[in-house]
Formats: sequence, C-alpha cells, structure tokens
Amino acid sequence: MSSERDSPSQTPPIHLARWQSRIYAIIGLSVLLVFVAALAASVGSIKIPFLTTWQVMISKLPFPHTAPAFPSNIEIIVLEIRLPRVILTGLVGAALATAGATYQGLFRNPLADPYLIGVAQGASLGAVIGFLIPATWHGMGIGVVPLFAFVGALVSTAIVYGLARVGKTLPVTILILAGVALGALLGSIVSYLIISSGEKMHGIIFWLMGSFSLSQWVDVKLVLPYIVVGIGVILIYARPLNVMQLDEEQAQQLGVNVERLKLVLLTAATLITAAAVSFVGTIGFVGIIIPHVVRLIWGADYRFLLPLSVLTGAIFLIVADVIARTAQAPAEIPIGVITALCGAPFFLYLLRRRKRVIF
Amino acid sequence: MMKIEMQNVSLGYSGKEVLKDVTFQVLPGEMVGLIGPNGSGKSTIIRALTGIIPPYRGKILLDGKGVDRIPRQELARMVGVVPQIPLLPSAFTAFEIVLMGRNPHLSFFQYESQRERDIAWRAMERTMTQYLARRRIGELSGGEIQCLVIARVLAQETKAILLDEPTANLDIGRQVEILDLIKSLCREQSLTVLAALHDLNLASQYCDRLVLVNNGRVHAQGTPSEVIIPQNINEVYGADGCVYTHPANGLPAVLINPGNGQVLTQRR
Repeated sequence: MSSERDSPSQTPPIHLARWQSRIYAIIGLSVLLVFVAALAASVGSIKIPFLTTWQVMISKLPFPHTAPAFPSNIEIIVLEIRLPRVILTGLVGAALATAGATYQGLFRNPLADPYLIGVAQGASLGAVIGFLIPATWHGMGIGVVPLFAFVGALVSTAIVYGLARVGKTLPVTILILAGVALGALLGSIVSYLIISSGEKMHGIIFWLMGSFSLSQWVDVKLVLPYIVVGIGVILIYARPLNVMQLDEEQAQQLGVNVERLKLVLLTAATLITAAAVSFVGTIGFVGIIIPHVVRLIWGADYRFLLPLSVLTGAIFLIVADVIARTAQAPAEIPIGVITALCGAPFFLYLLRRRKRVIF
Repeated sequence: MMKIEMQNVSLGYSGKEVLKDVTFQVLPGEMVGLIGPNGSGKSTIIRALTGIIPPYRGKILLDGKGVDRIPRQELARMVGVVPQIPLLPSAFTAFEIVLMGRNPHLSFFQYESQRERDIAWRAMERTMTQYLARRRIGELSGGEIQCLVIARVLAQETKAILLDEPTANLDIGRQVEILDLIKSLCREQSLTVLAALHDLNLASQYCDRLVLVNNGRVHAQGTPSEVIIPQNINEVYGADGCVYTHPANGLPAVLINPGNGQVLTQRR
C-alpha cells in the first residue's frame, strides 16, 4: 500500500493521444471550413477565380490593404449574393448537426434527430399557414413564412414539453412519444393544407424540402444570434452530457443535475433548430447522420463530438448547397434531395468499413 | 469521515410504501451489509441514501445533514454509488468511464487535468482494470464492467461508498479481491461502507454489522453472529435453518439444504 503511494506508476498517455488527434481534427476542419466557404462563393453561374473571391473577402476586413483589383459587379456577386447564402448554409448545417448530436445524447438514442420532438412539423405548419394567409399580411420586415415557421416550431415543442412533464421531472420516453404523436397530428394537418393549397403548392413543397435560394444578409443577421448562443450553451454542457450517457440515475450520483441539464439542452437545441429551419425549410438527414459520421471517425466523447459536428455539419451543407445550385443550373434542386442522395452512400460506406460499436 | 443515518424512514414509489419505519446507521470505518430477500428494499435503501427518492416520513442524514438539503454535486463528492446493473454507453472507452468519476470534483467550465487522469489511472490499478483502459465498453464482460464501476467509485474519492450487489457478476476469486479491496479502504481511510449483498456468506465474512431487511422493514441488525441465526433465516427466507460455523474463523456460514421447496410456497 505505502509503496503505491510513494511512487504511483506513470499514467500512460493513452487518453492524451486520443485528445491530441481530435484537437488536430478540430483545427483541420476549421481551416477546411473557411476554404470550402470561399470555394462555394466562387462557384456558380458566373465563375469567379478562387483568388479573386479571397481578394474580395479580404478587402472587407478592417485592416489596411491595397486598392481593389476586381470589378465591382464581382464584388456584388460575392458579397451580396453568394456570401450570405454560404454563411447561412454553414450556420444551418452547424445548427442541425449540433442539435441532432444533442438530442441523441440527451435521449441516449441513435435514431434521434432535431425533428424528433415536433420541431419540424410545427415549423412546417407555421410555414404553410404563412404561405396561405392573404398577401396583404406580407409587409412586416422579415417574411411572414420564416416568422410563422419559427413560432410554430417553438409552440409545438412547448406543447410536447408540457405534455411530457411529470411533476418536476421530464421522462425522456414520454417526451419522445408525445413528440412523435403530436408530430403526426401536425403532419396530417400540413398534408391536408398542402392538398388544398392550389397554385401555392409548388412553393410550399419546395420550402418543406429546403432551399437557400433566397438567402440575404438580413436572414443571416436574424439567425446568427440564436445559433451562436445556442451552440455555445450546448458546448459548455458537453461534459455533463457525457456523464448522462451512463443513465439518469448514475449521472445524478455523479453530481449532474439531470433535470436542469435536460431543460437547458432541450431549450438550446430546439431554439437553434427552429432558427435554422425557419428561413430555409426542414432539411433532413444532416441532423441525424453528421453526428454519427463524427462518432465513427473520432469517437463518442461529446466534448469533441459536439464541436466536430458543428464543423462537419457546416462543411457538409455548404458542399450540398453548391451541388444543389450547380448540378442542374440554372434550375435549383431542393437541398434536402442532395443531402440524402450524396450523404447516404458515404455514410453507408463508413458504416461498413468500421464495424465496431459506435453508439 | 462520515456517518450515514436513516431515522424512521418510510418511502416508496407512486404511493406504494416500499420502506417502512427503517432505522439504522453506518459509522466511519465501518462496513455494514444489507441483506434480505429479493424485493425486500435493499436497493431502495441505497437509492434513498443518494437523495433520488424523497421519504414520506423520517430523516435520511449524512453527517447529520438532511440528504435533500445537499446540492447534487456536493452530494456526489460525499457519497459514491456502485449500481446493481451498471448500464454503460458501449461506445466509450473504459478509461473515459473511470474518468467520469471525477465529474463531481470539476467546476462547470473545467476539463480534466493530468491530476484527474492520474487519479483515474490509480483507481484502475487498484481494481486491476488498467489493462482494459483502451477497450470499448461494448467489448467487455459483465465482470469487467463491474470492476470498472468500482474503479470509477474509487476515482470519485468519496467518504462513503454504497454498493448494490457489487459482486453479483464476479467469479469467486474476483469477489474476494474486490471485497478485500473495499474492506481495506474502509479500514485505512475510515470510509463508510454500506453494501447490499445477496450472498450471506460474503456478508458474514466481510461485514462488521448486518442489517437484515424483509418486506421493507428492518427484521434484525447486529453483528453477523447475531443476525445470521437459523430463526432469522427461517423467518425471512423461508428456508430451513442450515447455519453452520465457519471452520477457520467461527463466523456463521449458510449452506443450502436442497429439496424442500418451501421457499416459494411460504412467501406467496
């Protein structure tokens, strides 16, 4: 006993090695994200050289630089059309992937996605109502569709939350079941409204499948605070979320305030999902698959899973959007079609290659 | 140094009373065994001591302080628990699980430092689980997981340890190793140890005192020689009195007496 205390054996750096590789991954993906964003701003109906895109973006940074060496129409395309779209896409991808990882961790369920507890159906119903109300209402700053979608998402989640609450606790099984049931109810109302929507049907369906074609700086400015704050809160709670993976009772016995953790994380994840879908529609696949891709490659520790999901989600959706707007140019394919079409085969490949426990 | 106390505690789930007027205490440096038939309330006592089920009546005290008044994180620095069937996430590595034992000692924005890693590693060495460190939980056996959870509770560095069937999944060699370890920690660091045990012989050999629970009530408590007597065994388990004296140390030992099938009939 005493010899053990005098000279404790050296802790081998097993853990550190894993941490190091994941920290390098975070740095590498951050660099890749900036690179992909610039590339996405170069590609389109008018091809802009990659370096010119960089020059345009750097010229807007607040430090001394030489006079611009590019025409002003290029500047407008990059800064006013493509960049807001790329940034909004990145924010939405990051938000959906983070929300998905959070729900999967909170519910300890690999099938959880950001839409599990009624966010998507609530947003869809809100958006459809927004499409259907008389055009005279459409005069308030931001479009009525995103506003209604955002409110719809929050209201439906609040109802699910209220239904599932038992005393001071929130049993996750009841939460999921209530979410699925309310989702089905709202979904059927949405279907009915679509059928009876006449000539507005095309616009509604396009919204439901997701599109970034109308992105503007205004949208970015409205969505940014929700997503940045929400993701920030979730990242702070990564360590207790790890402990939650044991089960609720063990987590409590290891000092986690489980009910507060659930409340905070559900609110944050719902808020970023609602903000993400309100402008661009309910894009599928990203929220459920990106966290699993990250798990397959870098492991299940939420302290790394969450930031890596933020970056991977943003990169993936930016790339998917580039494909969506260039593959059939000048027509646009809904991005929800692309995410699954390109993402699913890659995920299935990863799944086959690494046959080990991932969740 | 911590004293665990239950004073006239009655509690239960959704109105049904599971524990009735339970009173006992565990002193620092003492290893107390909870014994009793299935469903008698052993696990409920352990859960109640971690503040998960509030009592209808009576007091649950840790060092004289009501368990419901202690914040979660502080409570987790005082009392560590080894659950009966520890469900662990299969994608995590063994080392990551043991490191979770350090959670109550870290403040909100803190990540584990080299110090926490060293403590976790020491705990793995003591439970002889260090060879598992890199493996994923999904690849481990029930016994290995059991030892890992004991390593986690050691890494938690609490003054009291509550164990719910800590040896249920272990072979006889591992049972002795783990209980030896817990007993020596109990003695050297004056830990307060309460262990629910099914195996009456292990309880008799390792515990300083025993609390025999039946139908949510304390049927008897005292030293193993006082509690493990044919009359108690008969009343509580409905089995014939087959208590002998351990040849080496004189403590009571229980041997089964097959073929009289009274257990089921009597308890219905």
